[in-house]
Amino acid sequence: MNLTVDVQEQKDKSIVLLAGEIDAYTAPKLKETLLSLTEKEGNKVEVNLEQVNYMDSTGLGVFVSGLKSTKENNSELKLVQLQDRVYRLFEITGLIDVIDVDKTVQGGY
Amino acid sequence: MESFDFIEIKVPAKPEYVGVIRLTSSGVANRMGFSYEDIEDLKVAISEAVTNTVNHAYEKDEDGEVTIGFGVYENRLEVMVADHGGSFNLDQVKQNIGPYEAAEPIEQLREGGFGLFLIDALMDKVEINSDSGVIVLMTKYLHENEVGLDDDQISTTQ
Repeated sequence: MNLTVDVQEQKDKSIVLLAGEIDAYTAPKLKETLLSLTEKEGNKVEVNLEQVNYMDSTGLGVFVSGLKSTKENNSELKLVQLQDRVYRLFEITGLIDVIDVDKTVQGGY
Repeated sequence: MESFDFIEIKVPAKPEYVGVIRLTSSGVANRMGFSYEDIEDLKVAISEAVTNTVNHAYEKDEDGEVTIGFGVYENRLEVMVADHGGSFNLDQVKQNIGPYEAAEPIEQLREGGFGLFLIDALMDKVEINSDSGVIVLMTKYLHENEVGLDDDQISTTQ
């Protein structure tokens, strides 16, 4: 019941690798890291959620505040490799139309 | 009178215990035979209800507790989440529910207030009583969606 947040700085973007669960307990740490990246003028931030096996509305809130921050700082936010369950929350809430979410299917069926 | 088992847990209204309730919920639902998908729905819905209580307790700087009761019936699970604070503003919470609209300006997007909306979307029945403190009572039926909408369908082509 924890979340690890790793940031990899690349030449043209910051990649945030998440693993674990995003809930009321782990969200504050994620928010702090995410906003520190989106607040950099013009930065491109890509969040990889492949290893996130649980998320609730607290996580949605973090990404909404990240999105707001990109508008203020001319930066970009993109979520990639979401698991089905996590992706579904973005669909149910309509956030899928607002946040750049790329659900790349992992592995082959 | 319909017979059922009842399980009650009381934890401090702190974020670090939301995950504990989630694990417990998963265990109870698994024992009852809920599908993987339904267990995941239950985990989110119950966590949302507990998180609402926890956030409320934090805002008020109270050392509150949250009580979770599981009513285990033959055909359904009833979960009660009770906040003993008694000062939770239900009307305010209700105002903030509903899906995002694509046309909404980003500046106005809500960062919270999605809890009740998700609970409603993921459970079969939700009742809220705010007479003394707030009690969220939510129900999920077993076997209701044996073939979920998202499930792969059996191919009928030759």
